[in-house]
Amino acid sequence: MTVRLTINGAERRVESPPDTPLLYVLRDEVGLNGAKYGCGLGQCGACTVQLDGRPVFSCLLPVGALEGRQVRTVEGLGTAASPSILQRAFEEEQAAQCGYCIAGMIMRAQALLDRVPDPDEAAIRAHMQANLCRCGTHMRILRAVRRAATAMRSTVSRGTAP
Amino acid sequence: MNRAVPRRGLLAAGALIVGFSFSNRARAQLAGGGEGGAGPPVTAPHLPGSLRSTPWLDAWIRIAADGAITVFTGKAELGQGIRTALLQVAAEELDVPPSTITLVTADTERTPDEGLTAGSHSMQDSGMALRNAAANVRLLLTRAAAEGWKVAPATLATTGTGHVRAADGRTRPYAELAADLSLHVEAVPDAPLRSPAEFRTMNHHLPRLDIPGKLTGAQAFLQDMRLPGMLHARVVRGPSVGTRLRDPAWAEVAATPGIVATVRDGAFAAIVAEREWTAITALRRLQDTPQERSGPPLPGMDPAATLKALPAREITILEQAGPGGTARHRVRARFTRPWISHGSIGPSCAIALFQDGRLTIWTHSQGTFDVRRVAADLLRLPENRVHAIHVEGSGCYGQNGADDVAAEAARIAVAVPGRPIRLQWMREQEFGWEPLGPAMVTELEAALDERNRIISWRHEVWSNPHNNRPVDAGGVLVGGEVASPFPPPEPKPIPMPEGDGSRNSNPLYALQDMHVVYHFLPEMPLRVSALRSLGAHLNVFSIESMFDELAAAARIDPLALRLAHMEDPRARAVMAHGAERFAWSSRPRGDGRRGCGMGFARYKNLGAYCAVFLEIEAERETGRIAVRRAVAAVDCGQVVSPDGVRNQIEGAIVQSLSWATQEAMAFDAGQRLGFDWSSYPILRFRDVPDLVEVHLLDQPNQPFLGAAEAGQGPTSAALANALADATGKRMRDMPLSPARVKQAMGAI
Repeated sequence: MTVRLTINGAERRVESPPDTPLLYVLRDEVGLNGAKYGCGLGQCGACTVQLDGRPVFSCLLPVGALEGRQVRTVEGLGTAASPSILQRAFEEEQAAQCGYCIAGMIMRAQALLDRVPDPDEAAIRAHMQANLCRCGTHMRILRAVRRAATAMRSTVSRGTAP
Repeated sequence: MNRAVPRRGLLAAGALIVGFSFSNRARAQLAGGGEGGAGPPVTAPHLPGSLRSTPWLDAWIRIAADGAITVFTGKAELGQGIRTALLQVAAEELDVPPSTITLVTADTERTPDEGLTAGSHSMQDSGMALRNAAANVRLLLTRAAAEGWKVAPATLATTGTGHVRAADGRTRPYAELAADLSLHVEAVPDAPLRSPAEFRTMNHHLPRLDIPGKLTGAQAFLQDMRLPGMLHARVVRGPSVGTRLRDPAWAEVAATPGIVATVRDGAFAAIVAEREWTAITALRRLQDTPQERSGPPLPGMDPAATLKALPAREITILEQAGPGGTARHRVRARFTRPWISHGSIGPSCAIALFQDGRLTIWTHSQGTFDVRRVAADLLRLPENRVHAIHVEGSGCYGQNGADDVAAEAARIAVAVPGRPIRLQWMREQEFGWEPLGPAMVTELEAALDERNRIISWRHEVWSNPHNNRPVDAGGVLVGGEVASPFPPPEPKPIPMPEGDGSRNSNPLYALQDMHVVYHFLPEMPLRVSALRSLGAHLNVFSIESMFDELAAAARIDPLALRLAHMEDPRARAVMAHGAERFAWSSRPRGDGRRGCGMGFARYKNLGAYCAVFLEIEAERETGRIAVRRAVAAVDCGQVVSPDGVRNQIEGAIVQSLSWATQEAMAFDAGQRLGFDWSSYPILRFRDVPDLVEVHLLDQPNQPFLGAAEAGQGPTSAALANALADATGKRMRDMPLSPARVKQAMGAI
């Protein structure tokens, strides 16, 4: 069975069996690294990607249910040479230690910033609650999200595209 | 003696260097060698850091004919930022831009063996080695230029761009000078180091090299590696150590399309599939059978009851008689810590390829060279047929499943030769089979005289060994499972001054009449090994809690009591600086809900100094502790990467708060009961402090002091002290969980 879905703006036909969680399709068939296996249970957020703009646990979503849907991973935000505003904010705050959780953190935070341009501290924490970090990088991740929110607002107010 | 012997004949393939040799060492020397002492034997004791074992410059630094500089370290990036910090050290002393250096980390065929990357040793071992090796190389380059120009070396300088410059402004590039130099010479101990006042790279901010890739989905982790023809494996086991599956459906699974092989050797079993998801679904099918206990029943979860019932070997850590006196206040207390999981976010992973009689293992173990030894022993291969390469994994914080999974991948690879085998543990396997951080118990008694001097101090600690890292096949799970199993290693304590369960049990404070005893418990009812800071976590928690208990009994300020018993000026400075930044003297006093506390330690009494101050709020309604402010002061000697140290200490604070407020591996007689993040919760965003500040006290040109674990003990202690200040309730058993705090605070 072939499933057609859009991954980072490009239409893809994937051949994995329909019960395969999106995570393994992204990693093993499409060859993307950003979404990570952490628990396979939707408890840690290392596999977080966006599905039609919402943050989801890709380890829980069978690909057969995703016909025609839009998937966005950290690879779809920017590159090391040309990072997105949020990726740049993580870089500027040096918001990683081992970094295994970070792609998932970025995808969850991006979903908040896409919806709420000026989230307060409580809103950011509540939104990020689903994602675990074991190194204790939380304070830097929070700073990076705040920094990105500020940068996005100033970009918007200057009239340039985010 | 001038060791700069020009030898053009050594030029090989356009590069400066010939190969360098590795020392062999007896296996017996490895066991129980401690976290920092597990490297090869010392042959040059007069040299700093790991130069003591590997004194040749070309083992550390090579300069190619085109000027390309390669620097080698036996330490590994674990997410602690060591790759960047070591690069800063080498760049500074070579006096070149960091971007011109390629850094190669732990690889058994390329880098020196520096033992484990553990115990906050990397800057002390590899940082010191690279700093001095680089200074030696700069010295040789400068001398070579002086010889060519017929001027005195003292008139020359390096430019920071890879050139030597004469007083008249002439320059020569390193590449040209290096072409005539052999670096296959031993380091000298007194090569001049660059002055901190002139530092261009050290103690400056250099963004971490590994972060951009991790933010953008590059292949940043071993888990991301995809080799041509790679197969996916899963190991098949019961739910936790000491269990087995009764009757897995092997025949059915072996016939499943996409399954390439089943590998069974004694009690070891694995499946290999073309696709990862196929391997996982096959594993789930095989696990669909009752499990049974194969090992002895597990003990009770109460650390004191379980540990104090085990046979002990008594080790005197400190015995120091004092003049005595009349006790005005006497405090006795018992402190405990439960078994704690490393809780790596990414389950352990390894890739192994067996081809043409040679085995290659990609591993995120902290002991790359030990991975080679273990695999060679397990598979009865000569060590020179096994190549182990470190690749980054998820943070480990000690011995998680990394070493096990590397040996397992190797075992599978020899059964399925010719194709790379990628093996990753499942989440519940990591929780169920990794070695846990050992539970511990301490009992302390101290007395204060009428002048508020501590006149006696007793500290007893009960602990299993913390260092059960494998050095041969008996140390990994598969070694005990194969048809011809290997004997488990003999449990050994790490001797002081580093210690394991005894780590930091010897107070840095100047006390009288001190007796410290380590009840070393070789029998391990649960599988345990190193967890970040080893015994320092509970020992510091105990000592620092006792100081506050004594201060409370005498109604004096806990900081004043500490300073009155501390002679080490750097320890005093760290406490004073932290107190000032925290505004300790004007802190809010305990009012039943809000309170403040501090904790201090010098890690191992050898590493970094760290003081942590916390302001907390305890909710009587829920027992939840909210940390309003965390302020730390740290002295780790000469700072190399200021933000790197801050990042490590911030992480230590958050992780220690997680351990101290939430974490305990649950188990019953049959199995571990923590198998996912709901049965083993850790701190999430809503529970981390409102504010964390880390202040560094730089010590120009003082030796590097390991910092990565320095915050674990002081933070947990500061939490218990702040809670006691807030509520008047002294809690001595970790975790200070909401249920326990609520119970201690009493009815609303």
